[in-house]
Amino acid sequence: MSTTTRAIRHEIPRWVFVLAAGGALFVTLPLVAMIAQVNWSQFVQLITSESSVAALGLSLRTSAIATVLCVVFGVPMALVLARTDFPGQQILRALVLLPLVLPPVVGGIALLYTFGRQGLVGSSLEVLGVSIAFSTTAVVIAQTFVALPFLVLSLEGAIRSAGSRYEAVAATLGARPGTVLRRITLPLVLPGLISGMVLSFARALGEFGATLTFAGSLQGITRTLPLEIYLQREADPDAAVALSLVLVVVAVLVVGLAHRSRPQSGGAQ
Amino acid sequence: MRLPHGILAVLSLATVLGLTACGTSADTSEAADADQSLTVFAAASLQSTFTELGEQYEATHPGTTVTFSFAGSSDLATQLMAGAPADVFASADTLTMDRVAAEELIDGQPEPFATNTLTIGVPQGNPAGITSFEDLSDPGTRVVLCAPQVPCGAAAATAQEAAGITVNAVSEEASVTDTLGKIRSGEADAGLVYVTDVLAAGDSVEGIAFPEAMDALTTYPVAAVAGGNSEHAQGFIDLVTSPVGQQLLTDAGFGAP
Amino acid sequence: MSLTADVQVAARSLAVQLTVEEGETVAVLGPNGAGKSTLLAVLAGLLRPDGGSATLDDTTLFAEGIWLPPYARGVSLLAQEPLLFPHLSVLDNVAFGPRSQGASREESRAEALRWLGEVEATEFADRRPSELSGGQAQRVAVARALATHPRLLLLDEPMAALDIAVTPAMRRTLKRVLAGRSAIIVTHSVLDALMLADRTIIIQAGRVVEAGPTRDVLERPRSAFGASLAGLNLVSGTSTTGGLVTGDGLRLSAIAEESLPDGQEAAAVFSPRAVSVFVVEPSGSPRNVLPVVVSDLEQRGRLVSVRAGHLSAEITAAAAADLDLVPGMKVFFVVKSTEVALYAG
Repeated sequence: MSTTTRAIRHEIPRWVFVLAAGGALFVTLPLVAMIAQVNWSQFVQLITSESSVAALGLSLRTSAIATVLCVVFGVPMALVLARTDFPGQQILRALVLLPLVLPPVVGGIALLYTFGRQGLVGSSLEVLGVSIAFSTTAVVIAQTFVALPFLVLSLEGAIRSAGSRYEAVAATLGARPGTVLRRITLPLVLPGLISGMVLSFARALGEFGATLTFAGSLQGITRTLPLEIYLQREADPDAAVALSLVLVVVAVLVVGLAHRSRPQSGGAQ
Repeated sequence: MRLPHGILAVLSLATVLGLTACGTSADTSEAADADQSLTVFAAASLQSTFTELGEQYEATHPGTTVTFSFAGSSDLATQLMAGAPADVFASADTLTMDRVAAEELIDGQPEPFATNTLTIGVPQGNPAGITSFEDLSDPGTRVVLCAPQVPCGAAAATAQEAAGITVNAVSEEASVTDTLGKIRSGEADAGLVYVTDVLAAGDSVEGIAFPEAMDALTTYPVAAVAGGNSEHAQGFIDLVTSPVGQQLLTDAGFGAP
Repeated sequence: MSLTADVQVAARSLAVQLTVEEGETVAVLGPNGAGKSTLLAVLAGLLRPDGGSATLDDTTLFAEGIWLPPYARGVSLLAQEPLLFPHLSVLDNVAFGPRSQGASREESRAEALRWLGEVEATEFADRRPSELSGGQAQRVAVARALATHPRLLLLDEPMAALDIAVTPAMRRTLKRVLAGRSAIIVTHSVLDALMLADRTIIIQAGRVVEAGPTRDVLERPRSAFGASLAGLNLVSGTSTTGGLVTGDGLRLSAIAEESLPDGQEAAAVFSPRAVSVFVVEPSGSPRNVLPVVVSDLEQRGRLVSVRAGHLSAEITAAAAADLDLVPGMKVFFVVKSTEVALYAG
């Protein structure tokens, strides 16, 4: 069953390498160009300024909360999409995944008309004394809105490819649906869940358009790292470049760590 | 259908070279038409007046095409410094113009041609009942300002200093457009924006003038870009500073320099 | 624990009635696509039937308007593949059932160890399923299925995916654990049915075409599929050293699939094609000689099937002509020991 034979790798035509190299260059060159622009003599000073530290801290905090919210709502959504069959499911999936392709500014406008002071939900909340506009909550809402589809998408794929055979076995062994979910389904799709969380976190970290439109920009409250970069770009391009590099490094760290800690998928075929 | 990979490699290389070549040829063709075209980089707030002036200029100079690029002054300055081809640069503040001039990208002296004044912008109907600049320091009022790092924010800071009040903004936006957006949508009770912005926004934003705004006047300078089409550049600058140009600017809410 | 079931699945044209008595193992045989696995899925609660009903003891598994979810049925299913949960250790795989049924962690593990011992897999307790061979994994799967104390055990071709080399050991394990247990085993193998099942039903195109005690069904097939299964000769008796003795005292030497202790119920199986027919009793060579009376001759192309009671031989038409065979004639069926397989019965 687990006899591993080293298969001879299928040979790829050489021109594929040429185009692949071109693509890789296309992606990495702007990064190199940006790094070349960094003012190293003032780098530390630039990224440790009060506003930079506040922005980075806020970004990490809000992205972490947004990721948790993505898990709370995204896991059930992925389960429903992957494991049930009902009329209109395709349409629902398309709608749920919409923020993925929506320009963030459009998302921001939509959120504004939902949670804004005069929005669909916001106006009622305002009556109750809850104000979302210009608060850190607004940032988290914007980030969750754009990041949620990433988690749903990658987890739904994982659940589908894991199949339901283990779940069926677990049920015949007397496990109730809740137990099956907790002890079988979720552990089996853990790699998919982790990669979904990483994608969501990275997306939340980079979220700019919806936040700008919907949440505002105030140091320590709503001005996340991308908004700080956007502002510094106007006033102090050196700072903008330095902070951009910080954002890149944080993103690379998150993706890299998650990739390393990803558990090996078990004997599931 | 199979192509030998040698050919494909050459093809892809040719594509890359072709792309580069395209860029170069575009540049040369632009240079060839240089005497017939005029490219103006202007602050976003000048869009409506300058577009009209451009049409007038084309009418009085047959065969000449005027192309505009409207954006934030800082963005335009960054583009100029990166070598973007332009003949005229009109900035919304002197600081940005000075930055460009320091890079020796300007021919001659920048000429002030308009001023802009801050005003209190409130959403249609003024739901928070703002009547004075002092109302903005009321802790219950949600005020949006520009961040101090950008020109409209710097002007707002000057005005606060002049009035001796401190506004606790709920948001410090990176551009006056963003500030205006927050007022227009009703998210903010009030904000400090330019008179011209309020006029351009139509009915959705109301302006409330306040005296301290005069301490925070913003001056708009215009200049010919070094290495550009100096003849048409000077012609356009003359049109802007002419009585016709000044009247259009006044109609849009700008003040005299 | 007895089952009475009437399973109807329109999409598979399945309409099968069957019963399993207390402690009885029923084999379900039939060609591919006959609906055998569908039957098990319905009984396990993994597939909703379109009609019919099933009662296990006094519990209704399903009926008009009633459908008991799988976790509440007390029915375990062992599939062709072990399907051990890859993220759990072997011990936790087996402990999963008891734990899910409310036992404490310690109790579940103790129970799991007991069942691992039952299938001789205790040494694998701490391993991951990916570290087991196919046969080991399937033994663990058996332990896991039994650890829940199912009222009914369903086995869906439990040995089909195993190496030939480990099949006998697995069959022995199953024989041991199925003793006195209500079970249904779906199989393609006559030998599985023979060794493991008290009764056999044959399903064809969604219908039961034969049912009865396994030996009766295989020795006196009435359906085409039963006949094709029963193409093999089957002689039952008790095991002796190197072979078996029939009730008539006839000795057959055979190759045992695994060593059998003397005096155990056993079956010798061989193909009709391995049988030579002699008019005069041959002597000298270490071959099995079965004196029989020809009951029937049937020409099948160039071959003639010589039937004698429930045994048969297949010889060429030319040989049959040479021997001048007619029904009622006393002849000797001769088969080499190496062609006879011996199984515990």
